[in-house]
Amino acid sequence: MTAADEPEILTVSRLSGRQVTIGIAVLFAAVTAGLTVGPVDIAPHRVVLELLNGLPGIEIDSGLSEIHQGIVEKIRLPRVVLGVLVGATLSLSGAAYQGAFRNPLADPYLLGIAAGAGLGATIAITSDLGDGAGVFDPVPLAAFAGALVGVVASYMAGHIGGRSTASLVLAGVAVASFLTACQTYVLQANSDAFREVYAWILGRIATSGWSEPALMLPYFLVTVVVVLRYRRALDVLAVGDEEAAALGINPRRIRAIVVVAASLGAAAAVSVSGLIGFVGIIVPHTIRLAFGNSNRIVLPLSVLFGGAFMVMADLAARTLVEPAELPIGVVTAFLGAPFFVLVLRTSRREVW
Amino acid sequence: MGGIRIQNLQVAIGDAEILRGLDLEITSGEWLNIVGPNGAGKTTLLRTILGALDYQGSIVLDGAPEHPSPRLARSIAYVPQVPVIPPGMLVTDYVLLGRTPHRGAFAADSPIDLAVTAEVLERLDLGLFMKREVRSLSGGERQRVVMARALAQETPILLLDEPTTALDLGHQQDMLQLIDELRHERGLTVVATLHDLTLAARFGDRLALIDTGRLVQVGTAREVLTIATIKTHFHADVRIIDDEGGPVVVPV
Repeated sequence: MTAADEPEILTVSRLSGRQVTIGIAVLFAAVTAGLTVGPVDIAPHRVVLELLNGLPGIEIDSGLSEIHQGIVEKIRLPRVVLGVLVGATLSLSGAAYQGAFRNPLADPYLLGIAAGAGLGATIAITSDLGDGAGVFDPVPLAAFAGALVGVVASYMAGHIGGRSTASLVLAGVAVASFLTACQTYVLQANSDAFREVYAWILGRIATSGWSEPALMLPYFLVTVVVVLRYRRALDVLAVGDEEAAALGINPRRIRAIVVVAASLGAAAAVSVSGLIGFVGIIVPHTIRLAFGNSNRIVLPLSVLFGGAFMVMADLAARTLVEPAELPIGVVTAFLGAPFFVLVLRTSRREVW
Repeated sequence: MGGIRIQNLQVAIGDAEILRGLDLEITSGEWLNIVGPNGAGKTTLLRTILGALDYQGSIVLDGAPEHPSPRLARSIAYVPQVPVIPPGMLVTDYVLLGRTPHRGAFAADSPIDLAVTAEVLERLDLGLFMKREVRSLSGGERQRVVMARALAQETPILLLDEPTTALDLGHQQDMLQLIDELRHERGLTVVATLHDLTLAARFGDRLALIDTGRLVQVGTAREVLTIATIKTHFHADVRIIDDEGGPVVVPV
């Protein structure tokens, strides 16, 4: 046996072209559905042609009227894009947290992000800071700031208590409880804002033009670039800190970088869309059950399937009880939970 | 390559002093078994050589002047007593982790990484298990997989913490036999902790008896394993039968 003829025999877990193709196809189908379905009927094939037309260097006449073009491009497209960005970020952050903490139940809200964002949003809503549109809307800004406060406080508290992942998670629990208590207090004093705060917490993918997707995009990119760069390192981390260190990597530094990047993305997602639960858990685990456990597979596919999942959830949220809209957090859990149980029961893989 | 010189090694974990001025010299290509009662500091000694613990004193590895250093993973491979087996991880992927010190945390696997992994899998008769999940294997198979990961690291030094703990008698012999073959094939320095004194006497070149964080005695099995030493340090009453393969320690 020589070094040259052996590698073909060795099958290593890695992202295959087939998996990427499936992911892109599902995402494309979800986006098309998201652009097609709505109060105004538009034929799917025309939407596909219109999408292709939008690509640089391609000129196709989709046959859509100007009004329909406007509906697709100015109303539905920003919302679908935001859904893709938020879903992809939450799924990827969840997968990253699960890898970094070696815990299947970790989700991007683990370290006080949800509670911090909730407190920030509650303060912004109750204190009536005015209604700046888009970038200057105080609610997402306050939610983002609150989420970062939650993560930073959890991290600092965790380091005081020790350096294990368990102490960090416990610190996150403590910080979250504290921030939630603060939120409850503020809310008690302003019970008239209860409805609005509650609606914010349940989450929504709503856009006014391109300002929300534009807000979300840089955080999405940072999270994707950083977390995907660490996909192999997270596989090494799976054997625990001591063995990972014995294999020549620095577990604490890797965990810190991955968690910070994932938290940044999750905080941005929360600030534009509220607390959409369950996505960060269900999507990565479904990918593990379907395609395998290696982070080389799970992390990139979480981006594609997470985006697709959120667009479909939003589609359900705005069509199931037309003309009203369901909060998307209700849809992700209501449809997501049974679907996940189904996957869990039919899969023969043991993923955790 | 592979020699280890330890002088006046002191290690404390929290307030507890575990190693209190331990001296030990291990020559390149040697198999040294570390024996001693529970709590003597055997595992702590291995983990300190590995670079996992802060210490005072000195540890010098041949050809690797600074200790500990991030590059230590190219000099020392470690098989812990209870390895963490990640759920869902396949045998090939697990063994390939051993290449991390050579490719870094970010780079893709090179053809050399794949070739070394394939060679090690072949050598340890793990070809049939390549696509199995490590968790689905029996104790003996699993131990071979962990050993394969350590070999894929291609280090001159192999540290083994109780490599036979979870194995039945037959598999214990197989594992120690395998270690002996591998270290001769590859010129490895092996440092192992072993509970079973008879096995420790039968395999390896020398024994180091440590107790309360100090070296008591280092030498051949016949020199170290005497009724008196075992009485003093293990508080055990034994008979020692002088077999041709080495002394056999029998409780009375």
